[in-house]
Amino acid sequence: MNAPKDGFIGQSVRRREDGRFLTGRGQYTDDIVLPRQTYAYFLRSPYAHARIKRIDTQAAAAAEGVLGVYTGEHFRAVGGLPCGWLIHSLDGTPMKEPKHPILADGKARYVGDQVALVVAESYAQAKAAAQLIEVDYEDLTPVVDTAAAKDAGSAVHDEAPDNVCYTWGIGDKAAVDAAMDGAAHITRLEFRNNRLIPNAIEPRAANASYNPADDSYTLYVANQNPHVERLLMCAFVLGIPEHKVRVVAPDVGGGFGSKIFLYAEETALTWASKQLGRPIKWTAERSESFLSDAHGRDHATVAELGLDAQGRFVAMRVNTTANLGAYLSTFASSVPTILYATLLAGQYTTPKIYAEVTGVFTNTAPVDAYRGAGRPEATYVVERLVETAAHQLKIDPAELRRRNFIRSFPYATPVGLTYDTGDYEATLAQVQELADVAGFAARRAASEAKGLKRGLGYSTYIEACGLAPSNIAGALGARAGLFEAGEVRVHPTGKVTIFTGSHSHGQGHETTFAQVVADKLGIPLDDVDIQHGDTGKVLFGMGTYGSRSLAVGGTAIVKAVDKVIAKGKKIAAHLLEASEGDIEFEGGEFKVAGTDKKVPFASVALTAYVPHNYPLDKLEPGLNENAFYDPTNFTYPAGSYVCEVEVDPLTGVVRVDRFSAVDDFGNVVNPMIVEGQVHGGLAQGIGQALLEHGIYDEHSGQLLTGSYMDYAMPRADDLPTFNVKTAKGTPCTHNPLGVKGCGEAGAIGSPPAVINAICDALGISDVPMPATPHNVWQAIQANR
Amino acid sequence: MSQKITLKVNGKSVTREVAPDRLLVQLLREDLALTGTHVGCDTSQCGACTVHLNGRAVKSCNVLAVQAAGAEVTTIEGLTPPTGSGEMHPMQAAFKECHGLQCGFCTPGMVMSAIDLVQHHRCGSEAEIREGLEGNICRCTGYQNIVRAVQLGAQQMK
Repeated sequence: MNAPKDGFIGQSVRRREDGRFLTGRGQYTDDIVLPRQTYAYFLRSPYAHARIKRIDTQAAAAAEGVLGVYTGEHFRAVGGLPCGWLIHSLDGTPMKEPKHPILADGKARYVGDQVALVVAESYAQAKAAAQLIEVDYEDLTPVVDTAAAKDAGSAVHDEAPDNVCYTWGIGDKAAVDAAMDGAAHITRLEFRNNRLIPNAIEPRAANASYNPADDSYTLYVANQNPHVERLLMCAFVLGIPEHKVRVVAPDVGGGFGSKIFLYAEETALTWASKQLGRPIKWTAERSESFLSDAHGRDHATVAELGLDAQGRFVAMRVNTTANLGAYLSTFASSVPTILYATLLAGQYTTPKIYAEVTGVFTNTAPVDAYRGAGRPEATYVVERLVETAAHQLKIDPAELRRRNFIRSFPYATPVGLTYDTGDYEATLAQVQELADVAGFAARRAASEAKGLKRGLGYSTYIEACGLAPSNIAGALGARAGLFEAGEVRVHPTGKVTIFTGSHSHGQGHETTFAQVVADKLGIPLDDVDIQHGDTGKVLFGMGTYGSRSLAVGGTAIVKAVDKVIAKGKKIAAHLLEASEGDIEFEGGEFKVAGTDKKVPFASVALTAYVPHNYPLDKLEPGLNENAFYDPTNFTYPAGSYVCEVEVDPLTGVVRVDRFSAVDDFGNVVNPMIVEGQVHGGLAQGIGQALLEHGIYDEHSGQLLTGSYMDYAMPRADDLPTFNVKTAKGTPCTHNPLGVKGCGEAGAIGSPPAVINAICDALGISDVPMPATPHNVWQAIQANR
Repeated sequence: MSQKITLKVNGKSVTREVAPDRLLVQLLREDLALTGTHVGCDTSQCGACTVHLNGRAVKSCNVLAVQAAGAEVTTIEGLTPPTGSGEMHPMQAAFKECHGLQCGFCTPGMVMSAIDLVQHHRCGSEAEIREGLEGNICRCTGYQNIVRAVQLGAQQMK
């Protein structure tokens, strides 16, 4: 495909990856079959909290086809799964970090905790043999509820007798308390942010093998960041040399955060593959995914917003208890702190904000990043408070927002961030037009005539993407770098292979990144290939999470392309017998400024690899460059959403009738892909607001929503057609593409818009998420 | 206990010894290496494993291999010529044109269901298409572009 007149950037180029996905030629981890492969089954704890007094594996080990049976004692000598962010409590003490063993050792801490690994010739044999393992459990009282964990009287870990991992805070508490005391009006809300289960449709899977010929390992795994996976597994758990391990994350069927983390299963497989000398494959059954994938959200929050007599926000005070689950997953500690409380300013000039977060251990699956990761929770706090305050003060919710919008940039919030750019008035005005807010009264009357209640709710969100820079994050406790790496390999014929540390599991990088490179180099799209997801090919990478791929990974590629062009200019100067300073690169050609002398990109590439007429005394042959890019700031996508619902007051059934979204993502490379990302985010956000809820039985700690029969995934007929528009936008000021990130916006902005609309419809102040017919009906009855 | 069965898969006759508890999806994925058909759940809810059995969409995790004896099975691989002419079934092409897929994992099942929907059910309205796709879960797209793809695919299949 040759470039359109204005280049590829900004065009809805159809996706290049689709051909293989649509014809069944994608290659996901479970599709990979290795010679002599064996199969793993994990025996999981049926108890939420139990002492493991004895495990007898003899019968299982003797069963037909069984090759190995492993329990916690086999992994006692290796490390636990590490947590990548150290949070300090307000009193200066470091968070409690109990060991997260690969297989439960002495105690099982949630239903689904891995107790034993059985490897056999077939999956059926491994699964059958696992039933022969005798485990003598002593059932202990489980800690389940987020808000009650501190006072549960039972400790998940001995290291944290009150189940508190940390009590963290941000902001000036005394100043906020004083401002609150002086406020003309205080809006207070107390709510839960419901636990969600990510449910990528491809279950987690791994296939690990050991090669004695060179003492090396290869791990295929459904994962969003293979280099991070390798680093954590090698350096912190197994102690095997990093350069002897290749991690491949091939086609990955969705992640949404849940495949960022290093899990016990692939770690155990990698270790056991050497013991057995054969590849070991494991693919989660969906029931296992429900039990053992890291979950999301699960906060209990009390939030207050103080306003003056003119409706200006004077202070915000937030107290949150965040459920971390039974163990600290890879980024668990940072999600309800650094990625949450720093977003509490939203789009507003609230001058004083204080937030305190208590992270608690419970006997539930670990909780970690899920699409939005902290930012949806923050947006829910802010946008529910603002809308509720507007209703209480009888100010139009859009007008109240306008009175408090940040209007000059850069803007330093009281919670640690500096927004580089934005135009919140513009997106709000656009969404009001798109949503036909002016026509709402007539639509409400029409609904009334049918006996239905119609409501309209706003949400004007901000998010912070492309977490950075590394040194500041490090000072805040990050134990990892936050850069991205890219390599541009120009072949002698002028074709180009890009190696990126970003990972695509649905985002369409193979298309978007190629559009950027083809434009920069002035070559056809088909001349650019994008490679990712393999530590054996890609130089390094931090992977894909936090809507960072284009802003951080794309920038690394652009910087490497710039180096290629810079070297190309030197080669062209030699070929054209001109001075390097006179060479310009444009439209795929190196030109001598002000003359008609030029040489195409492909000729320069060929010269670099066949350096006969070449300045070998000054310049190395070859044309291959890489770059690492560490951003100087987050990017700050923002937008305005309007949701309109119809509620049946007799049944509590909510129908989302209209959903309008205007997002400012800065510059956009592929509008089709960006809109698709928003659609998906909205579906997950509306899912959180109306349908999805990970529920544990409060007495037994059993997961009650452990299948698609019990956990309400949004289906096609649960959702409306979204009205989505990408604003012309304010380009990011600190990356060369001017891009901000779009992957999470929909999931961040939409839940409060839906709940605000329901509250508006019913004239009530709150309804718990998910707003199921049952919850809505209860709220109606309580407010009668 | 195993039985010898013969069936037609993507137009070719295959004969295999299968255990009585072997699922059609296992036969396709593991014995015939047709890995385009995916497994996304264990309660026959997600629809990722949807194939055509004698021309009708079925969830192949919910059909025993022996039940397919003598039948004609079409999988996602069977919709296109085996070697790279790039030619796709109109429904596959519509999914690409409308960006009706992201990670691609639910996609084969979604396409097989969509074809069945167009061939055997009412799908004139958006509401009918949404209801018709109720048995296939997608976590990426929010369904909007899938609905558009089915509308376009239906037109192209006429």
